[in-house]
Amino acid sequence: MAVILERIEYSPYKKLEPLEIAEKIKEKFPLEAVDVISFRDQVSVIVKRDQIVPICKYLHDDPHLSLDHLQDLTAVDYSGKKDVRFEVVYNLYSIRHRHMIRLKAQVPESDPRINTVTSVWVGANWHERECFDMFGIVFNGHPDLRRILMPEDWEGHPLRKDYPLKGPEKEWSGYVQVVELAKKLKEFEWAG
Amino acid sequence: MEMLKVEKTFETRELSVNMGPQHPATHGVLRLVLDIDGETVVKVTPHVGYLHRGIEKLGESLSYFQALPLTDRMDYVSAMSNNIGYCVAVEKLFGIEATERAKFIRTIVGEMSRIANHLLWLATHALDIGAMTVFLYCFREREWLLDLFEMICGARLTVTYPRIGGVRNDVPQEFLDSLYKFTDEFPSRILEYETLIDQNRIWLKRTKGIGVISAEEAINWGLTGATLRGSGVLYDVRKHTPYDAYDKVDFDIPIGTEGDTYDRYRCRMLELRQSNRIIRQCIEKLPPGPIMADAPKFTLPPKDYVLKDMEHLIHQFILITKGPTVPEGEIYVATEVPKGELGFYFVSDGTGKPYRMRVRAPSFVHASVLPRLCVGHLVADVIANIGTIDIVLGECDR
Repeated sequence: MAVILERIEYSPYKKLEPLEIAEKIKEKFPLEAVDVISFRDQVSVIVKRDQIVPICKYLHDDPHLSLDHLQDLTAVDYSGKKDVRFEVVYNLYSIRHRHMIRLKAQVPESDPRINTVTSVWVGANWHERECFDMFGIVFNGHPDLRRILMPEDWEGHPLRKDYPLKGPEKEWSGYVQVVELAKKLKEFEWAG
Repeated sequence: MEMLKVEKTFETRELSVNMGPQHPATHGVLRLVLDIDGETVVKVTPHVGYLHRGIEKLGESLSYFQALPLTDRMDYVSAMSNNIGYCVAVEKLFGIEATERAKFIRTIVGEMSRIANHLLWLATHALDIGAMTVFLYCFREREWLLDLFEMICGARLTVTYPRIGGVRNDVPQEFLDSLYKFTDEFPSRILEYETLIDQNRIWLKRTKGIGVISAEEAINWGLTGATLRGSGVLYDVRKHTPYDAYDKVDFDIPIGTEGDTYDRYRCRMLELRQSNRIIRQCIEKLPPGPIMADAPKFTLPPKDYVLKDMEHLIHQFILITKGPTVPEGEIYVATEVPKGELGFYFVSDGTGKPYRMRVRAPSFVHASVLPRLCVGHLVADVIANIGTIDIVLGECDR
């Protein structure tokens, strides 16, 4: 077994412009695409949430697109700024073709649910768990939807805009336990 | 006398063992719950979040300039790379570009931080597996680099040296001289490490064929950096979407073939040599000129002026507290940090603070692949697998 050093040429494959990819999505799913926004050479396609798995599967499997690398999956809380409160953001990149696109799926506040894309990219697993933890968005069909960064009995979803920056009024139960235990153990301290 | 007959054979059953969060081989505060059947791992459940400090939430309440020091606290092993990643992303959002000299200086310090990170990785990885000697050898060179960091900005770990639009101050000549001397000597030092472990039979037994992941699977899991390249995938942000001065220097991307722990180790060792090459070229090509971009609406004024006259002081005050006026939009910018691809996703609503700041931490993604790598191997190989994916929990939990 030997590790090889390979020199990369700069344009080995046919790269699509982000707007071309957006056109392809609109062509394939005309009812789903809501809006296309371009900013600093990056394009976001806003879609409805119902067909998110077929859209992702298409983007992943189509040989001309081949968006095989899920760079990032997150959500944004547009509370008060847009009609639909949440948007789940998929930053996709093609390692083979070297182009990228951003998908944004609208998720309303009244029913914060969206289907999981773990069947397309396994790596979405923890990102979706984080989204659930931070925004309270439920991913239908997720294999293991638990809180990931916050404690399991935490109340509220910290990255929502209505969550206070300094945290909740009430102390977390785990912290209260530790403080009480410390008070109890004070009895055994040597008084001198 | 009759021999005693063993009537009952021993029963075996699965056992759940807790590993961490306070465990020296978990590189921070990672907790794993291992379900083991004898010595074989059946199931791994990682628990992260012990170091969660809410950096994303904090970033939304601070202006773009104030949030820069937070990035040091994510990957504290290579803070310089994180700073650069943040600055490159914010610059793209602002629509400004750093000066040529600043770009070269950033490339130099970024690669220094890559070497420092890989040395720490090699030291602890080898220590975990049982090669004790390598540890001290690696720290000898790491000290040299950290001393050089101290020379340019006064800090060794949490540096906050790059700035939006450039770097904080110019590098002194002694720094360049000492660093050039370092690049002269470093290749022979790499050989020293390799003499210790490269063909070591114990090392080969502990790393070859452990934690194998195929190229397709590695991409599907979202792995990046040397962890992905060990599986033979040519993906490096420095080549794919060049930032700073990476398109002006000549370097190669080492890739592995088998996708096991040994290949990932070899990749990182070869990357050390490439980083060394990049630093040498950058020092040789370092252009003269200013170190801060000429964009007064977006970059901080020089410190000398701030201390002397009123206008610059007010300017700095406004920029830091209120923040600049940023165009509305959203952007995702990735940079290649030693651990993998560090991405920053900003949503700007036109004010001086990001509406949403998202950090795509490579360690977070890499930690998620641990169950896939460990299942079916022995308990001792869990340690090798934690080492090989190169995670720092400060970055994983943010």
